[in-house]
Amino acid sequence: MKHAIIEKNIGLMGVLIAIVISFAGLVEIVPLMFQASVIEPHPNLKPYTALELAGRDVYVAEGCYNCHSQSIRPFVDETLRYGHYSQANEFVYDRPFQWGSKRTGPDLHRVGGKYSDDWHEVHLIDPRSVVPESNMPGYPWLAEQMVDAEQVDKGMRVLKDYFDHPYTEEQLASAKADVEGRTKLEALIAYLQVLGTAIPRSYK
Amino acid sequence: MVMSNAWSIWIIVIVALHIIAYAWLLFSTSKMKAKDHKKGETTGHEWDGIKEYNNPLPKWWLYMFVLTIIFAVVYLVLYPGMGNYKGTLDWTQEKEWAAENEVVKAKKAELFATFINKSIPEMIKPVINEDGSIDNTAMEIGERLFANHCSTCHGSDAGGAIGFPSLIDDDWLYGSKPENILQSIAQGRNGVMPPWGAALGDEGVTQVAAYIRNFTVPGQDQNEVAEGQKKYSMFCIACHGADAKGNQMLGGPNLTDDIWLHSYDDSRLESIIRDGIAAIMPKHKELLDDDSIKVLAAYVYSLQNEQ
Repeated sequence: MKHAIIEKNIGLMGVLIAIVISFAGLVEIVPLMFQASVIEPHPNLKPYTALELAGRDVYVAEGCYNCHSQSIRPFVDETLRYGHYSQANEFVYDRPFQWGSKRTGPDLHRVGGKYSDDWHEVHLIDPRSVVPESNMPGYPWLAEQMVDAEQVDKGMRVLKDYFDHPYTEEQLASAKADVEGRTKLEALIAYLQVLGTAIPRSYK
Repeated sequence: MVMSNAWSIWIIVIVALHIIAYAWLLFSTSKMKAKDHKKGETTGHEWDGIKEYNNPLPKWWLYMFVLTIIFAVVYLVLYPGMGNYKGTLDWTQEKEWAAENEVVKAKKAELFATFINKSIPEMIKPVINEDGSIDNTAMEIGERLFANHCSTCHGSDAGGAIGFPSLIDDDWLYGSKPENILQSIAQGRNGVMPPWGAALGDEGVTQVAAYIRNFTVPGQDQNEVAEGQKKYSMFCIACHGADAKGNQMLGGPNLTDDIWLHSYDDSRLESIIRDGIAAIMPKHKELLDDDSIKVLAAYVYSLQNEQ
């Protein structure tokens, strides 16, 4: 009755279970961390500017990912609606990526350029003023709250120093000035307008 | 998606070992043959008087485990899974998408062929078939395209919203002809009114606003209206026209009717004159194929004819 040893020793069983389930990760995740198509940025992809980065922070802070995914799957019904399917090399500068897994609202990966800045402004403050059927909450406070320039500046330096995002010295030097006096709403719109623009949305 | 050989071998070894270990576990624990089975024998385990029979795994159950092993082997031969090995089917997500996309495109081309070569005014008319049934495919497709691509700004009833024009009234910023609508959709529109606060001053802004408001709400202060008119003819006529009826070449709105794109209350009109405003329609040329844009233009064109 060898299995009695395992069954009567919960610590040993825990270790063995961890070993068994780690195989999937070792095969499916670890090799990807060293694979060029995942870690090399798409040729058209640029790291987020100071304002876009601030907008990304707003996106995360407000929990947009709870209702919006950023991942267009390679199915025709998705590409017809949202545009070209998402590729891994478009998310190299996302730490972490905002793929999400819930679509109460539409996917936002290629929302960049789809609407005007004015539409985003009106829609974020009061979605039902333009889309009466919408169940998205309004975010009116974003128009009144200012971006924390200090934090954006620090964030960019961390991304440059520790994650090797290719920011130029000019970009780092002007980061604070770029976001000083800008509202969170402006930052979020700047972020939304650059989403998914590395690859043309067209699937023709 | 080619990875280095070391990683490829890493994956192959772990996957192969996994299947072998699984098979070993399955067969080593199901050694007991039916003939060795003694009815009523227990495993010796006992919990609060409840004992466990030492019965072999039912055959059908065992075979299902065996089937999963066979499935895994067949799958790994047909599909990519063993490192860089591509599988005999040479399947990829991209290829599957591309093949499906070709099918959809062909279906669409076949469907569109019945109406796409017609002019827009012809396309909006339902076709009456020989058997008397009515074929309105073009406009049904247009309605769906509109719901997906246009309704977010222009409203699902095409009635617009503040800042986003209604498409069902008879007031058109850039013209109501098929070619105007086609251009608006494909190329987008960039409506920009510059700020006039610096040039007009606060008093000037009030006067021009009075002049404009007087068209729809007569009875404004006549001195202000007269002064406003003077300033209007200096600064505003280029885009809004001498008669203030707008200029569709530039997208300057008609100011004499009671249709307002932006300003619904009093102070809004002043603030627009002072600070300017932009109304941008994004171009859809890269979003939609030309045929879909034509069908959409026809649908939008049909909206005004329903009125």
